[in-house]
Amino acid sequence: MGKHQQVFRNYRQEHALTKRRVIVAAIFVLLLVGVLMARLFYLQVMEYELYQTKADDNRVMLVTEPPPRGLIYDRNGVVLADNRPIHSLTVIPERAARLPELKALLNPLIEITEEEWADYEDRLKDYRRPYQSITLKTQLTDEEWSRVSVDLYKLDGVQVEAQLTRYYPYGEAFAHAIGYVGRITSKDLERVDRLAYQGALFIGKTGVEEYYESTLFGKPGISKVEVNARGRIMSEIERQNPTPGQNLHLYMDARLQQYAYDLLGNYKGSVVAIDPNNGGVLAMVSKPGFDPNLFVRGISVAQYADLRDDKRLPLFNRALRGGYPPASTIKPFMGLAGLEYGFASWTEQYYARGYYQINPNGRRYRDWKRGGHGWIDLERSIIESVDTYYYQLANKMGITPIHTFLSKFGFGQSSILDLNGASSGLLPSNEWKKARYKEPWYPGDSVNVGIGQGFMVATPIQIATANAAMAARGHMYYPRMVQTINDMPATFEDNEGVEHKITLKDQRNWERMVVAMEKVVTDAHGTGRRLQGTEYKIAGKTGTGQVFSLADDQEYDANSLDKRLHDHALFIGFAPADDPKIAVFAIFENGGSSAKPADLTKALFDAYLYDNYPAEYDYFKEQGR
Amino acid sequence: MNMPYYERIIAFTNARLWRLTHVDVLLLMALLLLMAGGLTILYSASGQDVEMVERQIFRLGVGMVICLILAQLPPKYMRRASPFLFVVIVALLVGVLLFGVGAKGAQRWLQIPGGPRFQPSELMKIVMPMMVAWYFANRPLPPSLKEIVTVLVIIAVPSLMVAKQPDLGTALLVGVSGIFALFLAGIGWRYILGAAAVAPAAAYSLWHVMHDYQRQRVLTFLNPESDPLGSGWNIIQSKTAIGSGGLYGKGYLEGTQAQLNFLPESHTDFIIAVLAEEFGMLGCALLMCAYLLVIARGLYIAANAEDNYARLLAGSITLTFFVYMFVNIGMVSGILPVVGVPLPLVSYGGTSIITIMATFGILMSIQTHKRAR
Repeated sequence: MGKHQQVFRNYRQEHALTKRRVIVAAIFVLLLVGVLMARLFYLQVMEYELYQTKADDNRVMLVTEPPPRGLIYDRNGVVLADNRPIHSLTVIPERAARLPELKALLNPLIEITEEEWADYEDRLKDYRRPYQSITLKTQLTDEEWSRVSVDLYKLDGVQVEAQLTRYYPYGEAFAHAIGYVGRITSKDLERVDRLAYQGALFIGKTGVEEYYESTLFGKPGISKVEVNARGRIMSEIERQNPTPGQNLHLYMDARLQQYAYDLLGNYKGSVVAIDPNNGGVLAMVSKPGFDPNLFVRGISVAQYADLRDDKRLPLFNRALRGGYPPASTIKPFMGLAGLEYGFASWTEQYYARGYYQINPNGRRYRDWKRGGHGWIDLERSIIESVDTYYYQLANKMGITPIHTFLSKFGFGQSSILDLNGASSGLLPSNEWKKARYKEPWYPGDSVNVGIGQGFMVATPIQIATANAAMAARGHMYYPRMVQTINDMPATFEDNEGVEHKITLKDQRNWERMVVAMEKVVTDAHGTGRRLQGTEYKIAGKTGTGQVFSLADDQEYDANSLDKRLHDHALFIGFAPADDPKIAVFAIFENGGSSAKPADLTKALFDAYLYDNYPAEYDYFKEQGR
Repeated sequence: MNMPYYERIIAFTNARLWRLTHVDVLLLMALLLLMAGGLTILYSASGQDVEMVERQIFRLGVGMVICLILAQLPPKYMRRASPFLFVVIVALLVGVLLFGVGAKGAQRWLQIPGGPRFQPSELMKIVMPMMVAWYFANRPLPPSLKEIVTVLVIIAVPSLMVAKQPDLGTALLVGVSGIFALFLAGIGWRYILGAAAVAPAAAYSLWHVMHDYQRQRVLTFLNPESDPLGSGWNIIQSKTAIGSGGLYGKGYLEGTQAQLNFLPESHTDFIIAVLAEEFGMLGCALLMCAYLLVIARGLYIAANAEDNYARLLAGSITLTFFVYMFVNIGMVSGILPVVGVPLPLVSYGGTSIITIMATFGILMSIQTHKRAR
């Protein structure tokens, strides 16, 4: 480009043109900055609250903290269900390796069973909050704990968490009464508030632990925490501490319970001791028991199968569900029924032969005493436990008055107030037999019921309850386990069902029947005369039940056949007879004679009334308050 | 001396020392102010990572050195070199398309055998306005239609090549830097209005050359809530960060969105959201003031430059710098698509700092090499 060409250009004008364009551009810049500021104003001022909320939703998460479970004490403050810290291995699936790799990483370090893996996989499929940990293995031993801890830095998303866990210090003697807690299943979650149980590991499965679940559980703590984008908790913003579960004090006397369990020896059986003044259960034993801690720890399939298939039925709560013929222990009640409805009197004499026949030449219902008892009255029928007297009495009465009268004592009902799963036994009636067998009630059926056999079935808790009502002279308290909840008396909504008075036409009959039961012990011919020689008065009644085979216990087994044919040995008693403090029912399955339960009952009386325990039970005293 | 303060400032800025060293002290101050603010935000955005801040200081230092070196180079040499540089960079862009390396389905880098990798498209951001300015340097303004068409071709070829890599953000910046030079050259308003009229058609054809991930970005921009955990996550979280900052912010290092990692790319492209969250609208306004100081000085230099080349180049550089800022804040606050443009001199990252500081070196050169009148 030549020099002369530039001469004709108007540089000043071109400069002015560009300058104008720069000014236009500057205006555009300011306009666009205005647009940005307007946008920021919209987001930061007008929509501030919306985004403020969104930011908080991002960072704030609610985490529930399971409350410490309430403790269960006996009447003297001995801890029967305690909380202990245990370490569990938990996994946050979002941060951990995938399952096969996780298995490969963990298996060399720690033994995790296939069941535990399967359980983990199940939980993985369940609903849960993202980044919530899932328990893989509970109850790490100290060795396992240290081994995993060393390698924890390599294991993303795997952690060891400490949690308070149930521990039952006295194990099997208390297993049926106290029950146990176990891992929460999805079925359990259907009956509780899922939110409250978030993060909780255990729930009451049986016994007191189950019935008082809501009381013992408490209220979970909720903390508001700040999390980052990966869900890791950065800090705690607000915290509502968990409300611990409420403590329960039972009527139970731990020493008495353990003593009763031990006194059963190698026999299967059950003992129920009740305070007749309030229905409080002082002891409730079902033997054999099992170690409830197994269920807390997580019982293996093999261990569970062993317990389930054990012929001695350790998992079966005999006290609540065992169906036994009450046998001769029913006689005092039957006698009162006869008096009530005018079929018996204290003065009437009866000639007791070795058998009873409804019709001449009919079936002979045998007395336990081959030659018979001769001339006897009602009192002596109790003292010597005369079967024929009750055969004829029941035959005279028929089943309907028997049913009506025995119902008042809780027979045929599931009567314990604060335990689930009690069986109602069987108090037969006309209607029942028609419905069950499509047959009428025969007089022979009544005859058998007269001595507590035949169709009649009762559970230990039922017989014990009736016994306690007899001790209280007709003041019937339904049995109950829990005395106080956090030191406040336990109450039941339906007070009608808690107690009632059984009124006889002649109230003096209570006292006379108690006297007859005292004479069972004091009389030279009394069936309980072996209990003589106590400083206090014992009222009692023996019983020997014909073996009532348990339906699922029918396998032929030559070794145990003999013993299984032995009669069940029963005893009811209360003491002191004139002011009863304790009423006991004991049954030794296949125990033969009633000597065993009678001796056990006396031992419990001595223990409970006079603190007369063998020295080894002193440790319970030290555990109490 | 008893002088009014403004005279003292003028005396200071005109001091011999600055003249001799070719430093435009007002621009320098504005840039240092901006950098200081940027480093403050970066410290928070990086999660208080001192090393990251140190690396950023190092890069800014390198950028400053390059700026000061370029300030020494008289504009006439730049002008003479412009067409050659342009041809060389275009050739390199061809090389990128043929032999380029990169990641995520994009080829942006050229590997120097035995040496570092570099991005020719970054250099094109500087060379493009130089080329357009050179073209108009010896031609009378305003440009004729033929000249306009020629310049549009000059702009389009490298822009499309960069877009093809694909690097939409850089292509945009390369394109606008040329367009700005054309605008400052005095292109007639009728052409500008005409272009605005055909823009929708252009947008439509652009849609067809875009890669899937680019289309996805546009779609996400139009409706970010449609994919809140995927492609919409970034924009939702950045809007939440900005909005929750309110007027005065949550306080330095107190931004929950940034500090708890809800905000992605918080130290790079989305760093303005950290500022907005922690210092509120007030903090954003202050940062924009710092930018406006730089831009005002740049436009002043452009308006008062010695010749057409210098004016077009200085103006284009300054306006491109503004576009950086506008597009970045616009995309983070949700009024523009997410195209991957950093907040200039504030976002963490090396390449853009170097090229931007180089352009400010050119600005300083233009301002300080004027013949005294």
